[in-house]
Amino acid sequence: MRILYFAFLRQRTGLGEETVETPAEVRDVAGLVEWLKTRGPGHAEAMRDVSAIRVAVNQEFAGMDTAIAANDEIAFFPPVTGG
Amino acid sequence: MTVKVQRDDFDVGAEIAALTAGRTDIGGVATFLGLVRDIAGGEAVSAMTLEHYPGMTEKMLADIESQARERWALDEILIIHRFGRLEPGDRIVLVATASAHRKAALESCEFLIDWLKTRAPFWKLEETGQGEHWVEARESDDEAAARWEEAPRKAAE
Repeated sequence: MRILYFAFLRQRTGLGEETVETPAEVRDVAGLVEWLKTRGPGHAEAMRDVSAIRVAVNQEFAGMDTAIAANDEIAFFPPVTGG
Repeated sequence: MTVKVQRDDFDVGAEIAALTAGRTDIGGVATFLGLVRDIAGGEAVSAMTLEHYPGMTEKMLADIESQARERWALDEILIIHRFGRLEPGDRIVLVATASAHRKAALESCEFLIDWLKTRAPFWKLEETGQGEHWVEARESDDEAAARWEEAPRKAAE
């Protein structure tokens, strides 16, 4: 599974992206967030406030209850501020 | 339709000329040009860096563009959005819509910039006298985009 981080999430995790193999019990975005928080203090800090995070699964906006699979590309970022 | 996500600056006149070249069915072109402002929330901004999600950005802009085409009778649509470090006065974004009549061009241009602001994956990091900070999303931008969901309309005459 390919995980991407943008904006403050990239800064706090110290990573633009990482490839992870999640345990079988991680089935949706919410489960992934909880699992990612255990990867280190930077991850825990980045994902502390879930309400400040938006997510895309395979480049489509998704929610915390969206199901995920091993080959997905999952991106975490704050609400967008382009234009 | 043309969507460009680029680091380089663009020439508004040249882009509009290219959009309408050889076309005699277009009656009007509406444009929105976004610039870097030197003040935000009362703080002086010396520069900003635009980060984006390559791949998803192009996908979302194409999606936004196809929604505009469903709503209005449009001949051409152009969206250019820059990324990287920009300074006050620099051009950030250009939306241009061309149609036989002004109403479709003007309305769809506003729709596109409203939607782009809430759906296109870009983030702005501002540099100020107090240091760097990520620009927060504005509720007024969400409201502006939601307005179009409440009032879906048929293609303008």
